Amino acid sequence: MDPVKPARTHPGTPFTVTFDGREIQALPGQSIAAALWSSGVTAWRTTRGAGRLRGAFCGIGVCFDCLVTVDGRPNQRACLVPAVPGADVRTQSGTGHDD
Amino acid sequence: MTERRPVLAVIGAGPAGLAAALAAASRGVRVVLVDSAPSVGGQFYRQPVPGPGARRSQMLAHQRRTWDRLRAGLDVHLTAGRVTHLSDRHVWCVERESGRFVVHALLGPAQEESAAVRADAVLLATGGYEKVLPFPGWTLPGVVTAGGAQALSKGGLSLPGRVAVVAGSGPLLLPVATGLAAAGTRVVALIETAAPAAFARQARTWATTPVKLAEGAVHAARLLRRRTSVMSRHMVVEAHGEDRVESVTVTAVGADGRPAPGSERRIVCDLLAVGHGLLPHTDLAEGLGCRLDGASVRVDDEQRTDVPGVWAAGEATGIGGADLSLAEGHIAGRSAAARLTGTAPDPRGWARAARTRTRLRTFFAALESAYGEPPARWPEQVTDDTVVCRCEEVTAGAVREAVAELGAGDLRTVKLLTRAGMGWCQGRVCEPGVAGVAGCALAPARRLLARPVPLGVLAAPADPTPPQ
Repeated sequence: MDPVKPARTHPGTPFTVTFDGREIQALPGQSIAAALWSSGVTAWRTTRGAGRLRGAFCGIGVCFDCLVTVDGRPNQRACLVPAVPGADVRTQSGTGHDD
Repeated sequence: MTERRPVLAVIGAGPAGLAAALAAASRGVRVVLVDSAPSVGGQFYRQPVPGPGARRSQMLAHQRRTWDRLRAGLDVHLTAGRVTHLSDRHVWCVERESGRFVVHALLGPAQEESAAVRADAVLLATGGYEKVLPFPGWTLPGVVTAGGAQALSKGGLSLPGRVAVVAGSGPLLLPVATGLAAAGTRVVALIETAAPAAFARQARTWATTPVKLAEGAVHAARLLRRRTSVMSRHMVVEAHGEDRVESVTVTAVGADGRPAPGSERRIVCDLLAVGHGLLPHTDLAEGLGCRLDGASVRVDDEQRTDVPGVWAAGEATGIGGADLSLAEGHIAGRSAAARLTGTAPDPRGWARAARTRTRLRTFFAALESAYGEPPARWPEQVTDDTVVCRCEEVTAGAVREAVAELGAGDLRTVKLLTRAGMGWCQGRVCEPGVAGVAGCALAPARRLLARPVPLGVLAAPADPTPPQ
């Protein structure tokens, strides 16, 4: 037996979430960060000070760089929040309470 | 009427927490397993999200067997009601209250409400997180931590067609590179700051751990098959790009710890995974007043901290990987169970785990000295306009000004003057970088709360509910 042979994976049924109004595809179990990144989106926040783009960094909920607005609620960590069908994900500007 | 079983709160459901929970639950203790993730496993046993057609990095065979055994054992205890698993709980404080403990945790990813659990004893299995030293361009989207790249790729990230560079230092880089490659990414370079000579000097220690060596060899073989260029004694000095990383500049590290003149080369990539080793999560232990040894929670042979009723196991007590965490968790769980049920702990019962613990601690100490410290001159590469505190957007220039012109001589003063370390991450990400740029010692941060907590939660009265 090959000890490093990757186990087969069976994808679940894809569904859609929206990012800034645009539909993107996600899979059951994916975090919002993983779904966004898999769709080619690597940034979903602008910083409070310099307005620079940020996205995922630590991937495990420690750094808070991946903050995003989900269903109207700002400051959600995209790497922790699971993608669910129909989620309304929006780029967060500054504190998320600016607009 | 049945006698009340003593309650042990195990915080963290990675390898250490799971091993501890199983060991304690089998020995007359009721275990409440509190964890921040939706399912057990921690970072190491994080279960990959199945993706379309992706070949995913998988656990090695012996790791898979261990995971199956832990999972099956846990299921038996869950069904029997000896273990309660509280998922999506982000513990922000453990309070001592007349000889017992109250564990406060924020609920779910939203983290707007808090719940409390009472326990007779606490076992901290909080794991570790990654250290990343700053460099110009490290805040660009597309630059992630090495562990983050691994977590995202297990969490359903698929990156076919992407071009990645993996850089930094430490034993995590190799599995991250192979994991990314397995997920369909082209890993063009693995850039390790340490020198191969250092590894040769440790050959005797390496030889005592054949499993680890085999793992390393397997990883390397997988990598070489994918034609990744492996550069040791090199470092990434800058990431370039406008809205995201587009390339990196890599240099050789000279004998003086500075980039060797003329060795710069540019590598095109759209993902940079970077890490400089791991740091233990010690906030809850510090909050309880547990003594630290350097950056890690200090424990005795039974994995007890110096605070009565508080045990610690796994990477919180020192970085050493999953197998060491399992051994420590097992010992901690048995010790806690014995002491909570009023029997004398018998170390002969866990002699095998103790031997594993000794062997792996020795191995990881050697590994740490083989990888060594980052080049002493690395802060010189951090330009004044580089943001070092990502949350508060504090530049290296501001930190240097606080030191040179305002007389800051320690990390705390730098923080008060510049706000570096005052943001959401509570300084976890920037502390090593700020300390390096400021030329200060990296002292334990002594965070009052282990997570950012909404004010409403702090103002609300605690309502500890005993487990069902």
